[in-house]
Amino acid sequence: MPFTKEEIAQRIAKEIKDGYYVNLGIGIPTLVANYIPDHINIVLQSENGLLGMGPFPIEGEEDPDLINAGKQTITTLPGSSIFDSAMSFGMIRAQKVDLTILGAMEVSENGDIANWKIPGKMVKGMGGAMDLVASAKNIIVAMQHVNKAGESKLLPKCTLPLTGVRCIKKIVTELAVLDVLPEGGFKLLERAPGVSIDFIRQSTAGRLVIEGEIPEMNLD
Amino acid sequence: MINKVVSGADEAVRDIFDGATIMLGGFGLCGIPENCITALVAKEIKSLTCISNNAGVDDFGIGLMLKKRMVKKMISSYVGENAEFERQLLSGELEVDLIPQGTLATRCMAAGYGMPAIFTPAGVGTEVAEGKEIRNFHGKDYLLEYAFDADFAIVKAWKGDTAGNLIFRSTSRNFNPVMAMAGKITIAEVEELVEAGELNPDHIHTPGIYVHRIFQGKDYEKRIEQRTTRIVNQPNK
Repeated sequence: MPFTKEEIAQRIAKEIKDGYYVNLGIGIPTLVANYIPDHINIVLQSENGLLGMGPFPIEGEEDPDLINAGKQTITTLPGSSIFDSAMSFGMIRAQKVDLTILGAMEVSENGDIANWKIPGKMVKGMGGAMDLVASAKNIIVAMQHVNKAGESKLLPKCTLPLTGVRCIKKIVTELAVLDVLPEGGFKLLERAPGVSIDFIRQSTAGRLVIEGEIPEMNLD
Repeated sequence: MINKVVSGADEAVRDIFDGATIMLGGFGLCGIPENCITALVAKEIKSLTCISNNAGVDDFGIGLMLKKRMVKKMISSYVGENAEFERQLLSGELEVDLIPQGTLATRCMAAGYGMPAIFTPAGVGTEVAEGKEIRNFHGKDYLLEYAFDADFAIVKAWKGDTAGNLIFRSTSRNFNPVMAMAGKITIAEVEELVEAGELNPDHIHTPGIYVHRIFQGKDYEKRIEQRTTRIVNQPNK
Protein backbone atom coordinates (compact mmCIF):
# COMPACT_ATOMS: atom_id res chain seq x y z
CA MET A 1 0.00 0.00 0.00
CA PRO A 2 1.38 3.44 -0.89
CA PHE A 3 1.80 5.74 2.10
CA THR A 4 -0.75 8.35 3.10
CA LYS A 5 0.36 11.95 3.59
CA GLU A 6 0.44 11.34 7.35
CA GLU A 7 2.69 8.30 6.85
CA ILE A 8 5.05 10.30 4.62
CA ALA A 9 5.26 12.89 7.42
CA GLN A 10 5.81 10.13 9.99
CA ARG A 11 8.68 8.66 7.95
CA ILE A 12 10.34 12.07 7.53
CA ALA A 13 10.09 12.67 11.28
CA LYS A 14 12.55 9.78 11.72
CA GLU A 15 15.22 11.88 9.95
CA ILE A 16 15.06 14.59 12.61
CA LYS A 17 17.74 14.40 15.27
CA ASP A 18 17.85 15.76 18.80
CA GLY A 19 19.00 19.38 18.87
CA TYR A 20 17.96 20.23 15.30
CA TYR A 21 16.64 23.60 14.21
CA VAL A 22 14.07 22.78 11.52
CA ASN A 23 12.11 24.78 8.96
CA LEU A 24 8.88 23.12 7.78
CA GLY A 25 7.17 24.14 4.56
CA ILE A 26 3.44 24.21 3.91
CA GLY A 27 1.48 20.97 3.27
CA ILE A 28 2.87 17.54 4.19
CA PRO A 29 5.98 19.10 5.84
CA THR A 30 3.74 20.86 8.40
CA LEU A 31 2.40 17.44 9.47
CA VAL A 32 5.92 16.28 10.39
CA ALA A 33 5.70 18.27 13.65
CA ASN A 34 2.98 15.85 14.83
CA TYR A 35 5.36 12.87 14.74
CA ILE A 36 8.46 14.11 16.60
CA PRO A 37 9.08 11.63 19.45
CA ASP A 38 8.95 13.05 22.98
CA HIS A 39 12.62 12.36 23.70
CA ILE A 40 13.74 14.44 20.69
CA ASN A 41 14.08 18.17 21.38
CA ILE A 42 13.95 20.38 18.34
CA VAL A 43 13.19 24.03 17.57
CA LEU A 44 10.93 24.95 14.68
CA GLN A 45 11.82 28.05 12.66
CA SER A 46 9.14 30.05 10.91
CA GLU A 47 10.72 32.32 8.32
CA ASN A 48 8.50 35.32 9.02
CA GLY A 49 10.61 35.67 12.16
CA LEU A 50 10.19 33.08 14.91
CA LEU A 51 12.19 30.31 16.54
CA GLY A 52 10.33 27.99 18.90
CA MET A 53 7.01 27.72 17.12
CA GLY A 54 4.41 25.90 19.20
CA PRO A 55 1.06 24.29 18.36
CA PHE A 56 -2.04 26.09 17.15
CA PRO A 57 -3.72 28.05 19.96
CA ILE A 58 -6.88 26.80 21.62
CA GLU A 59 -10.02 28.60 20.48
CA GLY A 60 -10.32 32.06 21.98
CA GLU A 61 -6.56 32.44 22.44
CA GLU A 62 -5.66 33.31 18.84
CA ASP A 63 -3.30 36.30 18.66
CA PRO A 64 -3.39 38.21 15.34
CA ASP A 65 0.20 39.33 15.99
CA LEU A 66 1.45 35.75 16.24
CA ILE A 67 1.37 33.78 13.00
CA ASN A 68 3.58 31.35 11.09
CA ALA A 69 4.88 31.56 7.52
CA GLY A 70 1.59 30.03 6.32
CA LYS A 71 -0.20 32.96 8.03
CA GLN A 72 -1.84 30.57 10.50
CA THR A 73 -2.34 31.56 14.14
CA ILE A 74 0.17 29.73 16.33
CA THR A 75 1.75 29.82 19.79
CA THR A 76 5.30 30.06 21.09
CA LEU A 77 7.06 27.51 23.29
CA PRO A 78 9.33 28.27 26.28
CA GLY A 79 12.69 29.47 24.94
CA SER A 80 11.29 30.95 21.74
CA SER A 81 12.55 34.14 20.15
CA ILE A 82 11.22 36.70 17.68
CA PHE A 83 13.24 38.63 15.10
CA ASP A 84 12.80 40.56 11.89
CA SER A 85 12.60 39.00 8.42
CA ALA A 86 16.16 40.00 7.44
CA MET A 87 17.63 38.20 10.45
CA SER A 88 15.34 35.24 9.76
CA PHE A 89 16.80 34.76 6.30
CA GLY A 90 20.23 35.63 7.66
CA MET A 91 20.17 32.55 9.89
CA ILE A 92 18.89 30.49 6.95
CA ARG A 93 21.62 31.78 4.63
CA ALA A 94 24.29 31.26 7.29
CA GLN A 95 23.17 27.60 7.59
CA LYS A 96 22.20 27.82 11.24
CA VAL A 97 19.00 25.92 10.40
CA ASP A 98 19.90 22.20 10.33
CA LEU A 99 17.08 20.83 8.21
CA THR A 100 14.54 22.17 5.74
CA ILE A 101 11.54 20.08 4.72
CA LEU A 102 9.46 21.25 1.80
CA GLY A 103 7.09 20.13 -0.93
CA ALA A 104 7.83 20.02 -4.65
CA MET A 105 6.09 19.82 -8.01
CA GLU A 106 9.18 18.27 -9.65
CA VAL A 107 12.65 17.12 -8.61
CA SER A 108 15.34 16.20 -11.13
CA GLU A 109 17.95 13.46 -10.81
CA ASN A 110 20.69 16.06 -10.20
CA GLY A 111 18.76 17.58 -7.28
CA ASP A 112 17.08 20.56 -9.00
CA ILE A 113 13.67 21.47 -7.61
CA ALA A 114 10.63 23.20 -9.12
CA ASN A 115 7.87 24.19 -6.73
CA TRP A 116 6.74 27.77 -7.35
CA LYS A 117 5.42 28.41 -10.83
CA ILE A 118 3.32 26.70 -13.51
CA PRO A 119 3.40 28.55 -16.84
CA GLY A 120 -0.08 29.63 -17.89
CA LYS A 121 -1.40 29.61 -14.33
CA MET A 122 -1.61 32.53 -11.91
CA VAL A 123 1.81 32.84 -10.28
CA LYS A 124 1.59 33.55 -6.57
CA GLY A 125 5.29 33.86 -5.94
CA MET A 126 8.19 31.96 -4.46
CA GLY A 127 7.90 33.33 -0.93
CA GLY A 128 10.94 32.10 0.98
CA ALA A 129 11.41 28.88 -1.00
CA MET A 130 14.28 30.11 -3.21
CA ASP A 131 16.19 31.43 -0.20
CA LEU A 132 15.69 28.16 1.68
CA VAL A 133 16.76 25.82 -1.11
CA ALA A 134 19.75 27.98 -2.09
CA SER A 135 21.20 27.96 1.42
CA ALA A 136 20.02 24.96 3.42
CA LYS A 137 22.66 22.31 4.06
CA ASN A 138 20.11 19.53 4.34
CA ILE A 139 16.81 19.52 2.44
CA ILE A 140 14.23 16.74 2.43
CA VAL A 141 11.43 16.91 -0.11
CA ALA A 142 8.02 15.53 0.82
CA MET A 143 6.03 14.91 -2.34
CA GLN A 144 3.79 12.62 -4.34
CA HIS A 145 5.79 10.34 -6.64
CA VAL A 146 3.40 10.92 -9.56
CA ASN A 147 1.03 13.79 -10.40
CA LYS A 148 -2.74 13.55 -10.77
CA ALA A 149 -2.34 12.55 -14.42
CA GLY A 150 -0.14 9.64 -13.33
CA GLU A 151 3.10 11.21 -14.63
CA SER A 152 6.31 10.94 -12.66
CA LYS A 153 7.47 13.97 -10.70
CA LEU A 154 10.98 12.50 -10.33
CA LEU A 155 12.50 13.48 -13.65
CA PRO A 156 15.76 13.45 -15.63
CA LYS A 157 15.34 17.23 -15.88
CA CYS A 158 12.67 19.55 -14.45
CA THR A 159 10.18 20.89 -17.00
CA LEU A 160 8.78 23.67 -14.78
CA PRO A 161 10.65 26.89 -13.87
CA LEU A 162 13.25 26.06 -11.23
CA THR A 163 13.25 27.11 -7.59
CA GLY A 164 16.84 25.98 -7.01
CA VAL A 165 19.59 23.89 -8.56
CA ARG A 166 21.49 20.85 -7.24
CA CYS A 167 20.12 21.28 -3.73
CA ILE A 168 17.87 18.32 -2.89
CA LYS A 169 19.47 15.43 -0.99
CA LYS A 170 16.56 13.22 0.01
CA ILE A 171 12.98 12.60 -1.15
CA VAL A 172 10.16 10.82 0.66
CA THR A 173 7.08 9.95 -1.41
CA GLU A 174 4.04 7.72 -0.97
CA LEU A 175 6.06 4.96 -2.68
CA ALA A 176 9.66 5.28 -1.57
CA VAL A 177 12.56 6.95 0.21
CA LEU A 178 15.29 8.02 -2.20
CA ASP A 179 18.62 9.82 -1.99
CA VAL A 180 19.75 12.12 -4.78
CA LEU A 181 23.27 10.99 -5.65
CA PRO A 182 26.00 13.62 -6.01
CA GLU A 183 26.81 12.23 -9.48
CA GLY A 184 23.10 12.27 -10.42
CA GLY A 185 20.33 9.69 -10.08
CA PHE A 186 17.73 8.67 -7.51
CA LYS A 187 19.06 5.95 -5.22
CA LEU A 188 16.23 3.81 -3.92
CA LEU A 189 16.63 3.30 -0.16
CA GLU A 190 13.24 2.05 1.03
CA ARG A 191 9.86 1.22 -0.45
CA ALA A 192 6.37 1.57 1.00
CA PRO A 193 4.99 -1.70 2.40
CA GLY A 194 3.75 -3.97 -0.41
CA VAL A 195 4.93 -1.63 -3.19
CA SER A 196 7.09 -3.46 -5.73
CA ILE A 197 10.39 -2.22 -7.08
CA ASP A 198 8.94 -2.58 -10.57
CA PHE A 199 6.11 -0.20 -9.68
CA ILE A 200 8.60 2.34 -8.31
CA ARG A 201 10.68 1.96 -11.48
CA GLN A 202 7.59 2.62 -13.65
CA SER A 203 6.77 5.68 -11.53
CA THR A 204 10.25 7.19 -11.74
CA ALA A 205 11.15 8.92 -15.01
CA GLY A 206 14.65 9.92 -13.86
CA ARG A 207 17.54 7.48 -13.47
CA LEU A 208 16.75 5.07 -10.65
CA VAL A 209 19.67 3.37 -8.91
CA ILE A 210 18.89 0.08 -7.16
CA GLU A 211 21.58 -1.74 -5.21
CA GLY A 212 20.94 -4.89 -3.17
CA GLU A 213 17.86 -5.58 -1.12
CA ILE A 214 15.44 -2.66 -0.72
CA PRO A 215 13.74 -2.84 2.68
CA GLU A 216 10.18 -1.72 3.34
CA MET A 217 9.74 1.65 5.07
CA ASN A 218 9.43 1.27 8.79
CA LEU A 219 7.59 3.89 10.81
CA ASP A 220 8.53 2.65 14.30
CA MET B 1 14.85 65.41 22.25
CA ILE B 2 13.64 65.89 18.67
CA ASN B 3 9.89 65.49 18.49
CA LYS B 4 8.65 63.33 15.57
CA VAL B 5 4.96 63.36 16.42
CA VAL B 6 2.35 64.21 13.79
CA SER B 7 -1.38 64.52 14.37
CA GLY B 8 -2.44 61.36 12.55
CA ALA B 9 -2.36 59.32 9.38
CA ASP B 10 -3.55 62.13 7.08
CA GLU B 11 -0.73 64.43 8.15
CA ALA B 12 1.78 61.57 8.06
CA VAL B 13 1.09 60.70 4.40
CA ARG B 14 0.43 64.31 3.29
CA ASP B 15 3.28 64.54 0.78
CA ILE B 16 3.21 61.05 -0.71
CA PHE B 17 2.96 61.82 -4.40
CA ASP B 18 1.76 60.18 -7.61
CA GLY B 19 4.45 57.79 -8.86
CA ALA B 20 6.18 57.47 -5.48
CA THR B 21 7.92 54.26 -4.39
CA ILE B 22 6.67 53.22 -0.97
CA MET B 23 7.51 50.36 1.35
CA LEU B 24 4.72 48.89 3.46
CA GLY B 25 5.57 46.72 6.45
CA GLY B 26 3.75 43.55 7.39
CA PHE B 27 3.62 39.85 6.56
CA GLY B 28 0.24 38.84 5.19
CA LEU B 29 -2.16 41.00 7.21
CA CYS B 30 0.04 40.79 10.32
CA GLY B 31 1.67 44.07 11.32
CA ILE B 32 0.41 46.16 8.40
CA PRO B 33 0.03 49.96 8.75
CA GLU B 34 -3.78 49.95 8.69
CA ASN B 35 -4.25 53.66 9.45
CA CYS B 36 -1.85 54.89 6.76
CA ILE B 37 -3.37 52.56 4.15
CA THR B 38 -6.80 54.05 4.93
CA ALA B 39 -5.37 57.57 4.58
CA LEU B 40 -3.65 56.72 1.28
CA VAL B 41 -6.85 55.20 -0.11
CA ALA B 42 -8.73 58.41 0.80
CA LYS B 43 -6.11 60.50 -1.05
CA GLU B 44 -6.36 58.30 -4.17
CA ILE B 45 -2.70 58.72 -5.09
CA LYS B 46 -1.87 57.15 -8.45
CA SER B 47 0.91 55.08 -10.02
CA LEU B 48 2.51 53.93 -6.81
CA THR B 49 5.28 51.36 -6.74
CA CYS B 50 4.69 49.30 -3.59
CA ILE B 51 7.39 47.20 -1.96
CA SER B 52 5.64 44.80 0.40
CA ASN B 53 6.01 41.08 1.02
CA ASN B 54 2.33 40.51 0.19
CA ALA B 55 -0.47 42.44 -1.50
CA GLY B 56 -3.25 42.11 1.06
CA VAL B 57 -6.62 40.49 0.45
CA ASP B 58 -9.49 41.85 -1.63
CA ASP B 59 -11.06 44.03 1.04
CA PHE B 60 -8.17 44.69 3.43
CA GLY B 61 -4.59 45.91 3.45
CA ILE B 62 -2.99 46.74 0.10
CA GLY B 63 -6.05 45.13 -1.53
CA LEU B 64 -7.90 48.37 -0.75
CA MET B 65 -5.30 50.35 -2.72
CA LEU B 66 -5.47 47.90 -5.62
CA LYS B 67 -9.24 48.24 -5.75
CA LYS B 68 -8.81 52.02 -6.28
CA ARG B 69 -6.16 51.33 -8.99
CA MET B 70 -3.55 53.28 -7.07
CA VAL B 71 -0.77 50.77 -7.66
CA LYS B 72 1.28 50.64 -10.86
CA LYS B 73 3.79 48.07 -9.68
CA MET B 74 4.07 45.58 -6.81
CA ILE B 75 7.41 44.24 -5.63
CA SER B 76 6.58 41.22 -3.45
CA SER B 77 7.49 37.62 -2.70
CA TYR B 78 4.00 36.12 -2.50
CA VAL B 79 0.72 37.57 -3.74
CA GLY B 80 -1.69 34.68 -3.81
CA GLU B 81 -4.62 35.86 -1.70
CA ASN B 82 -6.21 38.56 -3.81
CA ALA B 83 -8.66 38.15 -6.74
CA GLU B 84 -8.56 41.83 -7.80
CA PHE B 85 -4.77 41.61 -7.88
CA GLU B 86 -5.01 38.62 -10.22
CA ARG B 87 -7.49 40.41 -12.46
CA GLN B 88 -5.28 43.50 -12.82
CA LEU B 89 -2.20 41.38 -13.39
CA LEU B 90 -3.80 39.32 -16.16
CA SER B 91 -5.29 42.43 -17.82
CA GLY B 92 -1.88 44.10 -17.82
CA GLU B 93 -2.95 47.03 -15.61
CA LEU B 94 -0.55 45.98 -12.88
CA GLU B 95 3.14 45.22 -13.12
CA VAL B 96 4.53 42.67 -10.67
CA ASP B 97 8.09 41.91 -9.70
CA LEU B 98 8.25 38.68 -7.69
CA ILE B 99 11.45 38.28 -5.72
CA PRO B 100 12.57 35.81 -3.05
CA GLN B 101 11.44 36.75 0.47
CA GLY B 102 14.94 36.80 1.93
CA THR B 103 16.18 38.91 -0.97
CA LEU B 104 13.33 41.35 -0.34
CA ALA B 105 14.18 41.64 3.36
CA THR B 106 17.90 41.92 2.77
CA ARG B 107 17.55 44.58 0.05
CA CYS B 108 15.64 46.62 2.66
CA MET B 109 18.32 45.91 5.24
CA ALA B 110 21.08 46.96 2.85
CA ALA B 111 19.37 50.32 2.28
CA GLY B 112 19.14 50.88 6.03
CA TYR B 113 22.78 49.92 6.55
CA GLY B 114 24.03 52.17 3.76
CA MET B 115 25.20 49.32 1.55
CA PRO B 116 24.45 49.66 -2.19
CA ALA B 117 24.06 45.94 -2.87
CA ILE B 118 24.24 42.43 -1.46
CA PHE B 119 25.23 39.01 -2.74
CA THR B 120 22.74 36.19 -2.16
CA PRO B 121 22.54 32.61 -3.46
CA ALA B 122 18.71 32.77 -3.66
CA GLY B 123 17.60 32.40 -7.27
CA VAL B 124 20.91 31.24 -8.77
CA GLY B 125 20.13 29.01 -11.76
CA THR B 126 16.50 30.21 -11.93
CA GLU B 127 14.70 32.91 -13.89
CA VAL B 128 15.29 35.28 -10.95
CA ALA B 129 18.97 35.35 -11.99
CA GLU B 130 18.29 36.50 -15.56
CA GLY B 131 20.33 39.59 -16.40
CA LYS B 132 21.97 39.75 -12.98
CA GLU B 133 25.65 39.82 -12.16
CA ILE B 134 26.94 36.55 -10.66
CA ARG B 135 30.02 36.25 -8.48
CA ASN B 136 31.59 33.07 -7.19
CA PHE B 137 32.79 33.05 -3.58
CA HIS B 138 34.46 29.94 -2.16
CA GLY B 139 33.07 27.78 -4.96
CA LYS B 140 29.44 28.92 -4.74
CA ASP B 141 27.56 31.32 -7.03
CA TYR B 142 25.80 34.41 -5.69
CA LEU B 143 23.56 37.02 -7.34
CA LEU B 144 24.21 40.71 -6.97
CA GLU B 145 21.01 42.38 -5.77
CA TYR B 146 20.69 46.13 -5.23
CA ALA B 147 19.51 47.92 -2.11
CA PHE B 148 16.01 49.35 -2.47
CA ASP B 149 15.53 53.03 -3.08
CA ALA B 150 12.20 54.00 -1.53
CA ASP B 151 10.74 57.50 -1.20
CA PHE B 152 8.69 56.49 1.83
CA ALA B 153 8.59 53.57 4.24
CA ILE B 154 5.39 53.06 6.20
CA VAL B 155 5.56 50.75 9.19
CA LYS B 156 3.43 49.64 12.09
CA ALA B 157 4.84 49.17 15.59
CA TRP B 158 3.35 48.21 18.94
CA LYS B 159 4.81 51.01 21.03
CA GLY B 160 6.66 54.13 20.11
CA ASP B 161 7.80 57.32 21.78
CA THR B 162 7.79 60.96 20.72
CA ALA B 163 11.46 60.61 19.68
CA GLY B 164 10.47 57.99 17.10
CA ASN B 165 11.86 54.95 18.90
CA LEU B 166 9.89 51.78 18.10
CA ILE B 167 9.13 48.45 19.76
CA PHE B 168 7.37 45.72 17.83
CA ARG B 169 5.19 42.94 19.20
CA SER B 170 5.52 39.24 18.39
CA THR B 171 5.65 38.22 14.71
CA SER B 172 4.08 41.51 13.64
CA ARG B 173 7.71 42.64 13.69
CA ASN B 174 8.48 40.85 10.37
CA PHE B 175 9.51 43.38 7.68
CA ASN B 176 8.72 46.47 9.75
CA PRO B 177 12.16 47.14 11.32
CA VAL B 178 14.12 46.68 8.08
CA MET B 179 11.69 48.81 6.10
CA ALA B 180 11.74 51.48 8.82
CA MET B 181 15.50 51.76 8.24
CA ALA B 182 15.17 51.91 4.46
CA GLY B 183 12.85 54.84 3.64
CA LYS B 184 14.03 58.32 2.69
CA ILE B 185 11.04 59.36 4.81
CA THR B 186 9.85 56.79 7.34
CA ILE B 187 6.37 56.97 8.81
CA ALA B 188 5.52 54.88 11.87
CA GLU B 189 2.05 54.28 13.24
CA VAL B 190 1.94 52.75 16.69
CA GLU B 191 -0.71 51.26 18.94
CA GLU B 192 0.58 53.18 21.93
CA LEU B 193 2.55 56.43 21.78
CA VAL B 194 4.39 57.47 24.94
CA GLU B 195 6.63 60.36 25.98
CA ALA B 196 10.36 60.13 25.31
CA GLY B 197 11.97 58.49 28.34
CA GLU B 198 9.13 56.09 29.05
CA LEU B 199 10.59 53.25 26.96
CA ASN B 200 13.68 51.45 28.19
CA PRO B 201 16.50 52.24 25.71
CA ASP B 202 17.62 48.62 25.96
CA HIS B 203 14.26 47.45 24.62
CA ILE B 204 14.14 49.61 21.47
CA HIS B 205 14.03 47.64 18.20
CA THR B 206 14.22 50.62 15.82
CA PRO B 207 16.11 53.73 16.96
CA GLY B 208 14.26 57.00 16.35
CA ILE B 209 16.94 58.29 13.97
CA TYR B 210 15.32 56.16 11.26
CA VAL B 211 11.80 57.48 11.95
CA HIS B 212 10.66 60.86 10.65
CA ARG B 213 6.98 60.88 11.60
CA ILE B 214 5.12 58.98 14.29
CA PHE B 215 1.52 58.92 15.47
CA GLN B 216 -0.79 56.80 17.56
CA GLY B 217 -3.10 54.84 15.27
CA LYS B 218 -6.69 53.98 16.09
CA ASP B 219 -9.36 51.34 15.53
CA TYR B 220 -6.93 48.51 14.69
CA GLU B 221 -8.82 45.63 13.17
CA LYS B 222 -5.83 43.21 13.05
CA ARG B 223 -7.61 40.80 10.79
CA ILE B 224 -6.53 37.15 10.95
CA GLU B 225 -5.93 35.54 7.55
CA GLN B 226 -5.84 31.87 8.61
CA ARG B 227 -7.51 31.33 11.96
CA THR B 228 -6.27 27.93 13.12
CA THR B 229 -6.92 26.35 16.50
CA ARG B 230 -6.49 23.00 18.18
CA ILE B 231 -8.74 20.98 20.42
CA VAL B 232 -7.75 21.52 24.05
CA ASN B 233 -6.67 17.96 24.77
CA GLN B 234 -4.69 17.51 21.57
CA PRO B 235 -1.06 16.64 22.30
CA ASN B 236 1.16 19.67 22.72
CA LYS B 237 3.21 19.40 19.53
